[in-house]
Amino acid sequence: MKDRIQVVEKILSANDRIAEDNRARLDAAGVLALNFMASPGAGKTSLIERTLAALAPTWTIGVVDGDVASSIDADRAAAAGAKAVQINTGGECHLDAVMLQSALDQLRLEELDLLIVENVGNLICPASFALGTHASILIASVPEGDDKPYKYPGMYRGVDALVINKIDLLPYIEFDMERFRAGVEILNPGLVTFPLSCKTGEGLEAWLDWLNSRIEGRPSKG
Amino acid sequence: MHELPVTESILDIALRHAKQAGATRITDIHLVIGQLSSIVDESVQFYWNFVSKDTMAEGARLHFRRVAARMACLACGAEYQPDGLALACPACQSRRVRVVAGEEFQVEAIEVDFPDGENPEARGGGG
Repeated sequence: MKDRIQVVEKILSANDRIAEDNRARLDAAGVLALNFMASPGAGKTSLIERTLAALAPTWTIGVVDGDVASSIDADRAAAAGAKAVQINTGGECHLDAVMLQSALDQLRLEELDLLIVENVGNLICPASFALGTHASILIASVPEGDDKPYKYPGMYRGVDALVINKIDLLPYIEFDMERFRAGVEILNPGLVTFPLSCKTGEGLEAWLDWLNSRIEGRPSKG
Repeated sequence: MHELPVTESILDIALRHAKQAGATRITDIHLVIGQLSSIVDESVQFYWNFVSKDTMAEGARLHFRRVAARMACLACGAEYQPDGLALACPACQSRRVRVVAGEEFQVEAIEVDFPDGENPEARGGGG
């Protein structure tokens, strides 16, 4: 006896459910959580260091670092004043909701105002896995080239803010900002963008202002 | 390499629905994958042979139905299939567009065997 059973279920629905649990825990603890995504070397950790240096005196900040191996990034975040947790994905190219769930267990969430989740450096896979964070931030960088929105549309479509790092290198590199921005605009109309340089500090203020206002507007504790 | 967790999810979903229906074997799994979902069919098939081993889905055939990307222009209303990097509306060149298809990522249906003599219509509660 044979039969066909209609299923129509999202393949990653199990991940999505755990992401919803993570979100509920973060909301209950009054923590704003951000998912930082980028290609390797774009400057995720440098931006986190700059952000911590400016905001750690005001807010209590946690950092969850996803990497295939090593704890270099978590050590840098801890040195800059964050409560840091390292997740080694053991070869996986992205963080998923289960990995974040176990990292949340290691943090005193109720003490935090902001949680930055540094995803694995990769422009493809992290976009497919919801974590339960409140907003996704993509950190692009000028040396990667102006064609990246066209090559990685999935990543550019799914983010809530875009940082364009290393603008101090613009005079030395073939990077057509108009072409880059046109690609971003078509994939994610009206996306808020922050051109900046973690090296020189240029443009950081607008990013920090935006982040401050997001933290102030976070769900209230308890 | 995120095809491995994806393949495991496909197995979990198929097994859950088959058990709910009281089936004994899964013979076919129908997947709907949008063109904008970054999944390599061959890679899923490769992992499938490992993850499905010793389950009632062992040896099941995977069918991939790819859905082409379609965009709609918010300025003039035209619907079109984007051509490579040319994402703007071909009718009016507007860049205010949205994706209407191509992001699907679902298990659509499974085909299963029931124990001999059992009529799936009479069991109720399945599917």
